[in-house]
Amino acid sequence: MAQATKPQRAKAEAFAPWQDASTRPLIEFRGVTKRFGTFTAIDDISLDIYAKEFFALLGPSGCGKTTLMRMLGGFETPTEGTILLDGQDVAGVPPNRRATNMMFQSYALFPHLDIAENIAFGLRRAKIPKDQIAARVDEMLKLVQLTPYRSRKPHQVSGGQRQRVALARALARAPKLLLLDEPLGALDKKLRQETQFELMDIQEKTGTTFVIVTHDQEEAMTVASRVAVMDHGKLVQVATPDAIYETPNSTYVADFIGDVNIIEGAATPLGEGRYEIHWAEGATPLIGTTDEALATGAKVYLAIRPEKVAISTENPESRANAVPGTVHDIAYLGNISTYHVELANGAIVKAQTANTHRIARRDITWDDPVWLSWTDTAGVVLTR
Amino acid sequence: MNRFSWFNATSLTLGFAFLYLPMVILVIYSFNESKLVTVWAGFSTRWYGELLQNDAFLDAAWVTLRVAVFSSTLATVLGTMAAYVLVRAGRFPGRTLFSGMIYAPLVMPEVITGLSLLLLFIGIGLDRGILTIVLAHTTFSMCYVSVVVSSRLVSFDRSLEEAALDLGATPFDAFRLVTLPIIAPAVISGWLLAFTLSLDDLVIASFTSGPSSTTLPIKIFSAVRLGVSPEINALSTILIGIVTIGVITASLVSKRAVIRRQREEQAAFQT
Ligand SMILES: Nc1ncnc2c1ncn2[C@@H]1O[C@H](COP(=O)(O)OP(=O)(O)OP(=O)(O)O)[C@@H](O)[C@H]1O
Ligand SMILES: [Mg+2]
Repeated sequence: MAQATKPQRAKAEAFAPWQDASTRPLIEFRGVTKRFGTFTAIDDISLDIYAKEFFALLGPSGCGKTTLMRMLGGFETPTEGTILLDGQDVAGVPPNRRATNMMFQSYALFPHLDIAENIAFGLRRAKIPKDQIAARVDEMLKLVQLTPYRSRKPHQVSGGQRQRVALARALARAPKLLLLDEPLGALDKKLRQETQFELMDIQEKTGTTFVIVTHDQEEAMTVASRVAVMDHGKLVQVATPDAIYETPNSTYVADFIGDVNIIEGAATPLGEGRYEIHWAEGATPLIGTTDEALATGAKVYLAIRPEKVAISTENPESRANAVPGTVHDIAYLGNISTYHVELANGAIVKAQTANTHRIARRDITWDDPVWLSWTDTAGVVLTR
Repeated sequence: MNRFSWFNATSLTLGFAFLYLPMVILVIYSFNESKLVTVWAGFSTRWYGELLQNDAFLDAAWVTLRVAVFSSTLATVLGTMAAYVLVRAGRFPGRTLFSGMIYAPLVMPEVITGLSLLLLFIGIGLDRGILTIVLAHTTFSMCYVSVVVSSRLVSFDRSLEEAALDLGATPFDAFRLVTLPIIAPAVISGWLLAFTLSLDDLVIASFTSGPSSTTLPIKIFSAVRLGVSPEINALSTILIGIVTIGVITASLVSKRAVIRRQREEQAAFQT
């Protein structure tokens, strides 16, 4: 783990089994609904996850991520629909007969066993020779940097260490499918990044399929081959991380992943996917693009990332969109600054710039009149 | 809050006197030289010696011990199983009825329990003896075990069992390797409870015992009806001693567990 190598993105980009109709998915959700009493936790989900994917589930608390995982692990049965694992219907297959291992959100470490025994638990059940178990446990302890703590009980280590024990325990059996429910939430940034790369490394070596729940959008972007954004038991969008970021299909997804400005308006087609968006009385319409065919006057939302909005003191004539405003607030984040600019209609639009100059030389400050500008393709036009 | 007022002191003294004075008197008189229970004639351990010669008492003690061990063990197994099923099975039709029925013997008058068991044993033609007492004691102490164990199981984190299953353990292994070790203290206290209940039960035992299987409480009770003898005092003192040692041991064991845990936690913080 010491030499946290950079992930090989080039390889990951070539990997896109979901585009290949001939590949059989490892996991298929077919119209799966899960109800607890009258409450619908999972609402008619159909989803394919392919072997060797690193599939990230994103969504607000209570949207059903854990429930989805628990159905894969065999702890909940779907109220409706079927789940296929490797082409086999998993209904009725108990958890101990599934080729999956799950890391629980609550860790679920065995309090009466020490850390090494916790990690060895699954290996012991698999009837592996003793010396091999010991070797594997050592390997896992080293992986999660817990070798000095091997004979501690779970209550004698810190929260982040417990999380790593849970991770090691789930990894130890090297299953075909690993379900990780927020595996890195309690780790500090550095250790988290190292572990992320480690997970990707493990996956590259063993070809394990990962389904991972995360609240950390950056983590999803770093590790995932595809990301599913969920809301109230439904899948809102399933796509690669860059597609989710650059072309979200709704304001919900745009807002959930990263920072975004959303400007509401009415569309007028200009042809070739270009639309004029009338967003405020008397203001110059904005220009945006979309593949969708929209009728004149359709209600749309222009979603635009702050880093794609430029801020200047003069009107940049060359750009497709330029709006005047006054600086309302400046958030200095070290490497970047975010300017909160108030437009004439009272809306706040954020613009982000890299701090290539020392802060003292900043020429824009509070209450300055400024221009915000962006190109016609910088924003996405969304209908919901 | 911590003031030691007159009121506190008095109520404490009165309370403890009320609890322990009868026993203290009994213990003192067990060392009485005289055959007359109420007249003090000097210190002696004579009655303890005679007690050891009294085969009837020794037999009764042996019966009681065997009954207590067997019935409490059986009750622990059955009570733990019942608690596990009732806590784990989730909702099934009649669940409330079942759990209510498990606890009913707790409030059932012992006379009725004893009588109904007697009728049952006669009905099925089972000769009264040690077996019937064991069965009877198991019946009534099992619900105590079940109460103790299920109160522990309710707070038991279900995901631990799920994790065990997920790691390839069979449901039985998950219970044996994860659930049982964690709930063990509750199971042990259930066993101790069942053991003491069996040890001092008079009513149910007298309904279900046979001529060859008199338990100690029955023996003492019938002996006392013929007059309190110093021997009984000695026997009772021994019983008090056993119970005291048992209680102290149990509390020491659990206290040691707490202390060890604290020490381990401190060690964890130091490194
Ligand atoms: N056993 C259950 N009985 C009733 N409701 C449940 C049960 N398990 C989950 N739910 C409900 O289902 C919904 C989804 O829960 P789930 O645990 O999947 O959320 P989550 O997306 O994992 O949230 P978080 O990010 O907070 O972990 C929640 O509203 C939850 O209250
Ligand atoms: Mg969850």
